[in-house]
Formats: sequence, C-alpha cells, structure tokens
Amino acid sequence: MKKYLAFIPFFLFVVTVHLLTSWTDTLYYLTQMTMSAYYCLLIIGLCVVMGYAGQISLGHAGFFAIGGYISAALTTSNLIEYRDLPLVRLLDSMGMLMTGQDIYGDTLIVITPWMACLAAVILAILLAYLIGIPALKLKGHYLAMATLGFGIIIYRIVLATPYFGEADGIAEVPAFVLFGDISVSGDFSSRVSNYYIAWILLTLGMVLLINLIDSRVGRALRAIHGAEDAADSMGVDTTAYKLNVFVLSAVFAALAGVFMTHYNGSIGPSEAGVMKSVRYVAIVAVGGMAHLWGALIMGITLNFLSLRGVFGTYDDAVFGVILIFIMLFAPNGLLRINFRHVATQLLFFRRAGKKEA
Amino acid sequence: MTAELFIQYIFAGITYGAIYAIVAIGFNIIYNTTGIINFAQGEFVMLGGMISISLLEYMALPLAIVAAVLITMVIGALIEVVFIRWLERPSVLRMIIITIGISILIREVALHIWGESVRSLPYFIGDEITSVAILGARISPQVFWVLGTCTVMVLLLGLFFQATSIGREMRACAANRTAAILCGIDTKNMVTFSFVLSAALGALAGCVMSPITYSQYNIGTGLAIKGFTVAILGGLGSSGGAIIAGLLLGIIEAFSVSVLPLSFQEAVSIAILLLILFIRPHGLFGSKDAAGLKDF
Repeated sequence: MKKYLAFIPFFLFVVTVHLLTSWTDTLYYLTQMTMSAYYCLLIIGLCVVMGYAGQISLGHAGFFAIGGYISAALTTSNLIEYRDLPLVRLLDSMGMLMTGQDIYGDTLIVITPWMACLAAVILAILLAYLIGIPALKLKGHYLAMATLGFGIIIYRIVLATPYFGEADGIAEVPAFVLFGDISVSGDFSSRVSNYYIAWILLTLGMVLLINLIDSRVGRALRAIHGAEDAADSMGVDTTAYKLNVFVLSAVFAALAGVFMTHYNGSIGPSEAGVMKSVRYVAIVAVGGMAHLWGALIMGITLNFLSLRGVFGTYDDAVFGVILIFIMLFAPNGLLRINFRHVATQLLFFRRAGKKEA
Repeated sequence: MTAELFIQYIFAGITYGAIYAIVAIGFNIIYNTTGIINFAQGEFVMLGGMISISLLEYMALPLAIVAAVLITMVIGALIEVVFIRWLERPSVLRMIIITIGISILIREVALHIWGESVRSLPYFIGDEITSVAILGARISPQVFWVLGTCTVMVLLLGLFFQATSIGREMRACAANRTAAILCGIDTKNMVTFSFVLSAALGALAGCVMSPITYSQYNIGTGLAIKGFTVAILGGLGSSGGAIIAGLLLGIIEAFSVSVLPLSFQEAVSIAILLLILFIRPHGLFGSKDAAGLKDF
C-alpha cells in the first residue's frame, strides 16, 4: 500500500487547485492544468521507456500527433456523400457513426469519437511495433536518430497531406462524449468537469505504470537498464520487454493526443514537431529519468508555465537550457540534485567524479 | 526524362550530396576522437552562412567568409570546453541529450539574432541567372564553387591527418585512446581540436552553399539528420564512405522530386535513414563485426 501513499497529496493538490481557482475567480487556470495533465499522460509513458528501460525516444510527439490527427480527421470528415457505400452502411449499422452539424448548419455524418479513438490507438500500436521491432535493436545514437527520424516523417506527412489540413491542421473537432453528460470538450461550461476527467485519466495512467514497474516487468526493465547483456544472460527477454514498454508508451502518447485534440477542438502540425519530442525528453530528464512522480511533477509545472506563456519567445530555448543543465549537473534529476557537488563543480570546474547513473 | 533534365538533376544531386558529405565528415571527426555524435553539427553550417552574411556589410566577401569560419571555430572550441571537456566518462544517452540541448540553444540564439528571415550570400561569380552549359543543361557557377571547395576540403583534411603531427595524434586518439594517452598525447586537447576542425568544415560548407540553398536559423536540424544518414550509410567514422554515400543520397533526393511532391523530400531521405539503420546499421561499406564492437 505504501506505493499508493503518494496519491493522497496528489488528490489534495488536484482538489486544492480547483478550490483555489474557483475562490479567487481564476478558473481559466484550469484550462492549462487540464492540458498539462494530458501532456503528462504522454510524459509518464515516456518516463518508463527512458528511465526504466533506458531507451531514448525522440519521436513521441509523432505518436501524440497520430492519436490527435487520426481522431480529428475521422471525427470531422463528412461521410454524407458516401452514405450509400456498403462500408459506410456497415459502420452505421454497428453504431459507429454519428450525425452533427457544421458551422453552416449542414448535416454531417462522421465516425464517433470512441471509434476514432480506437482507430488511433490501433494505428499507434501498429506503428510502434513497426518502428520498435527494428529500432530497439539499435543502441544509443542510432536509436535516438531512428526515433527522431520517425518523428520528422510524421511531421512532414501531416504538414504535406491535404487530408490532415496541411499547415492549418484540423479544427472543429467535436466533443468526445464519454458517458451520459460527461464529455471531453473545450466548452467553458464544462471546464471543471474536464479538469477532473483529465486528472482522473492521469491517475489511472499513474496507477497502471506504478504497478507495472513494481512487478516482474519493472524488475526486468531495471535489469535491462543496469546491464543489458547481464539481463539477457539471466534469461530476461530484453527485446520483448523493451518493445512492449515502447508500445505501451506509444499508446499513452496516442491517448493523450486524442483527448487533447477533443479538448482543444483542434490540432496543428506543431504538435508533431521535433521540439515537442525534445521537450518531453527534457521533462523526463528533469524529473529524474527513472522517477514517475518526478516526471509528473516536472511535467505539470513546466507545461503549465509554458502554456501560460511565462517563457515568452524563449519557450524552446528554456527547454534546451534545461536539457543541458540537467544533463551536466544533475543527471539523476532535479529532485535528487546534490547541491554541494554541483557548487564545487561550478566553482572549480572540477571533473564530475561520481559514477554515471 | 530528357537528357538535359537528367544532367540537371545529377548536378543538383551532387551539389547537395557534397554538402551532406561535408556534414558527415564533421560527424566522423568528432565521433572518431570522442565516440559521440555531435547532434549540433548542422548548426555549424547554419552559423557559417549566417555569420558571413552579417559580416558582409563590413568587409569583402572572401574576408567575411574567413572571419565567419574563424568565429565558428571559436564557437566550436567553446562548446567543447564549456560543456564536454570536464565530463568524465559520460554515458552515451547523456551526451546525446547534451548535444541536442546545445543545438537547440544555438538555434534559438540564432533566431533571436537574425530572426526568421531567409538570407543568402551573393553568388561568388555572376548572379542567379549566370550559368554554364554542360551537355545542354544549365549549371550555375556556384555549383562548381561548392564542388571545388568540398573537394579541396577533403583533400586538405586527408593531408592534415596524414602529414601533420596534430593530425597523426588525432588519428592515434581515434584508434586507441588509452594507448594515445600512454604515448603522451593530450587526448583532451585532441577532442577540442576535433570540435574546432568540424566547426570549420561545417562553417565553410555553410558559406559556399548559402547562395544556392539559402541560410535560415533552422536549417541545422535537417542537415544534421541528412549528414548523419550519410555518415551511417558510408560507415560511421569513414570519410571515403561518407563522400560516396553523400553523393548517393543527394542524387536520390534530387530524383525523388520527379516522383513525389517537394514537400515529401525530407521524408524520403529520412525513410532512407531508417531503412539503413534497420537493415545495414554498419553502413554500405562497413564491416558488421567491427560495428558490433563499437559502443554507440
């Protein structure tokens, strides 16, 4: 039960933020908190890949974009012209279609968000296997470049394909009705409920991952990170573990993309950009690599500040500086920083004598 | 496809290919002495072009280029001294992240200095419309400047590594670092030299390519990825392989335009990168067994 203790302050924080903002009449902060929570869903998934399995991925914005774009494209492309096609009829008879109206009042027939979400996740899983099976055989620089390449290809595709709206992205994405009256949407009236939806999803993700790393899988992953060859010779199927964790994190990223897109009502190519992937890596690094709560805390803090525009035009630069400084002075994360050690390093430019993590 | 168009594509291909080869050689120089891939390699090319364009206001073109190359060399040395020199046996993951951070930092500084505008140096001879006819195709003289400069750079580099004592010390450092230390070679200085050298290569390439390809604050990432593709394709660490692979990638990329829309050009070269990484990570010419021993 000890591992769940950290959820108590977590829930207190979530409720406190809501109460504070409603008392001080600053509920608009909840919008950024909601978005930060969705980004964090991706970040905690990446944290397991980087921190526990020890594999770098510079392509997670790509999976986020797959989730967001597939969901947005399917729930906005009008099938009314094709309604007599057998495939569309089949989808309709299975309850996978819904009707709506566009801004001009014309009738739309689109795929329901649930189905679009399912399609997005399935595509993310397929692509994660496709890219993961060969890529995870690579190490270090090669893996970094391969995942970076994957991210750029996704970015180039969404930027150059008319179906995905090219540079404009996709707007007018409908609300995602979860059940009853509860739906993921950017509607002002449902800001509070959306805030809780996002944080409940994040909590579910955390519970899943905390249990995962506390299990046989987690121990195997730590063994892989510590010494892959040793783990291999002890009978740990290193390839399968690395691959499955990578795919799981891709699913987290795709889901984050789906929910974020329905929440914002739109998605643009910048979500697939290389800088986004680098930013996620930076946040995991600041959080301490193998530290889910650290990644969560830093993810919320930095994304919230960034979304509030605190960093201004230096947004990307801030994350670059964070990357460099964390990796130079605190490779184990900001929360485990050894200030005396850093001070001596900075003052005398001593060489970092401690063993690498 | 007509013969003229074919030759036009070939020349466009080898022009870009020569640039990619130079970036790849820059990767190799640093990789050989340190075992790390400097993800900020493409930024040196960007800096060379941008600095020379800014300096052009105050001095003649050749002087501006020389000054830009020297300034970029200083920046390369600073990067090594400030960020890398004092780390003891850093892990590969840590070095990747640090050099990515450095490249972001350089790019953002460039954005704040030069803005988002696209600039270029003037053509070294004539202007945009000056051209030389070769077998019916019209080739800009600047293409020959690029090819000539790249050839001279590669030849001088070969001479440097074979004939000068610093060059030999750098090769010793690449071959066996511990043995080099035992022979009294200051390997730390060799690492700094390798950064200076690859900064110089990148900056000069950035200057000569600027009239044709233009310079902008964000060209570094694309060049770095293509340079890396070439370095892997030619076998990481091998300069000869890099040249062949560079020309190959440049030509493939040039011809991809005739099949796919221009906006997919980058996706094509990255797809090639992924294919190579997945099928032949030791490169077209490298040995699989030797690659297995390397610590990527």
